Amino acid sequence: MEVSVIRAGMLTTVQDLGRTGHRAAGVPLCGAMDSLALRVANFLVGNPENTAGIEFTLAGPELVFSADALVAIGGGEFGALPSWKPLEIRAGDTLKIGHAHRGCRGCLAVAGGFTLAPVLGSCSTFLRGGFGGWKGRAFRDGDVLEAADVIRRTTGQWHIDERILPAYSAAPELRLVPGAQADDFGGEFFSTEFEVSSQSDRMGVRLKGPALTRRTTDGVPSATVVPGTIQVPPDGQPIVLMADAQTIGGYPQIAHVISVDLPLVAQVRPGDTVRFRKVTLAEAHELLLARERTLGILREGIALKFL
Amino acid sequence: MTIALLGDSAVVLAIASAADETALERVRAIASALERDPPPGVVDIVPAFATITLFFDAARAGEFARFCEDIRQRALRAGGTLDRGDARVVEMPVCYGGECGPDLGEVAAKSGIDPAQVIALHSGGSYVVQAIGFAPGFGYLGGLPEKIHTPRRATPRTLVPAGSVGIGGVLTAVYPFATPGGWNIIGRTPLNMFDANRTEPAILRAGDHVRFRAITEEEFSAWK
Repeated sequence: MEVSVIRAGMLTTVQDLGRTGHRAAGVPLCGAMDSLALRVANFLVGNPENTAGIEFTLAGPELVFSADALVAIGGGEFGALPSWKPLEIRAGDTLKIGHAHRGCRGCLAVAGGFTLAPVLGSCSTFLRGGFGGWKGRAFRDGDVLEAADVIRRTTGQWHIDERILPAYSAAPELRLVPGAQADDFGGEFFSTEFEVSSQSDRMGVRLKGPALTRRTTDGVPSATVVPGTIQVPPDGQPIVLMADAQTIGGYPQIAHVISVDLPLVAQVRPGDTVRFRKVTLAEAHELLLARERTLGILREGIALKFL
Repeated sequence: MTIALLGDSAVVLAIASAADETALERVRAIASALERDPPPGVVDIVPAFATITLFFDAARAGEFARFCEDIRQRALRAGGTLDRGDARVVEMPVCYGGECGPDLGEVAAKSGIDPAQVIALHSGGSYVVQAIGFAPGFGYLGGLPEKIHTPRRATPRTLVPAGSVGIGGVLTAVYPFATPGGWNIIGRTPLNMFDANRTEPAILRAGDHVRFRAITEEEFSAWK
């Protein structure tokens, strides 16, 4: 089947769960900014969780399917379409995703997935490198991509329990573990509310607030970073590194957002605010394991709904 | 040897305090031992400077303290096994000066020598890749002769062509992609430093030894 991009929307790219295993060559992880949204959307259409989907930002695309299809949207809430449930599309129908009225990013999964050649083991788009996904770039109006001809149906009326979803918010509290240079900074980091800057992108969410000052002028060695790392450049305005971040950074690392809260970062938009709270590594891991258990139960529960 | 956290999904194993040649040899030995037989739950291993970062899946890594101790033990076992002769040596042709190296004259002036001496020093040096990062395939090369250490440009160039060879302080490097950049550009290599479609996309790996060989503009243009 063909999926025609009538309107590309904003920064609409193919993403899976990322290009693991090539960081030693300087290749960023990439992948869906809100990986939970992509995983759940894939469950909802009966795909393996790492199947590549389409991520869009604030303004979703308009797509026409040449055959019947089953799709699902995870992440933010867009236009009039319900998120977090399978949607049956008829051949020739236009799927108009519309603008985000909650959150920033959505992930569209299609039953059977798109026909794409993986690059370095992943279908994620790496925009700066110009490879992966759809021709290494964001979609443009008029692109046409191939998707598997897969017919799947689910039974009757059901919905997923929204309590299992992350606490998406326009003012989230993000939980942190300390970074290598945490002690160079005062405690104001934890009592300050930061505003999300419009300069944010897939590399990092830039924050605005009272400038954070380092108590030392010692140089910081270049060091590996990870999605979630919060760097403080000389202007004192922190940056939360995200999916497309480079693999090595040269700025002080004040903290790292814990894995379970990265979807919350992916969904803030310019003008939203964030606050921070410290947790222990053990708490971060407990939260992560609990989330994985829940997702495992969800995946099995949804699998039973397919005819 | 110490282990520090990098968020909740990676740990940084520090082998030494400075990325000198001995430290880089040990990093390379330990990283290759870890890559051959990764600890359970480890999904990516990144040797960089005097450290090795191990990314892990917390759901598969087991109890964290034991996971770290396992890494420490493996690193201690592997730390002394290196055969100094087995580092790869990568030779890179470079066309120095002219259009390929617009900052050659400035580096020469700042170093108080003439451009031919800069070329002789740069291409006569023996370098070690301290880390790959900043961009895919971008190697931070240590070993630049002290005479031509040159601070980064006050105003970065908005576009440095792919293959450009630059000097940034005590390091030298080759830009794999056309990007903005602040290093002093003294030449260009015709090699494609990174190609995602190759089996091994990056020409350089951390720990490799690198030598530069001066080529003429004609050789550069004829290179395929």
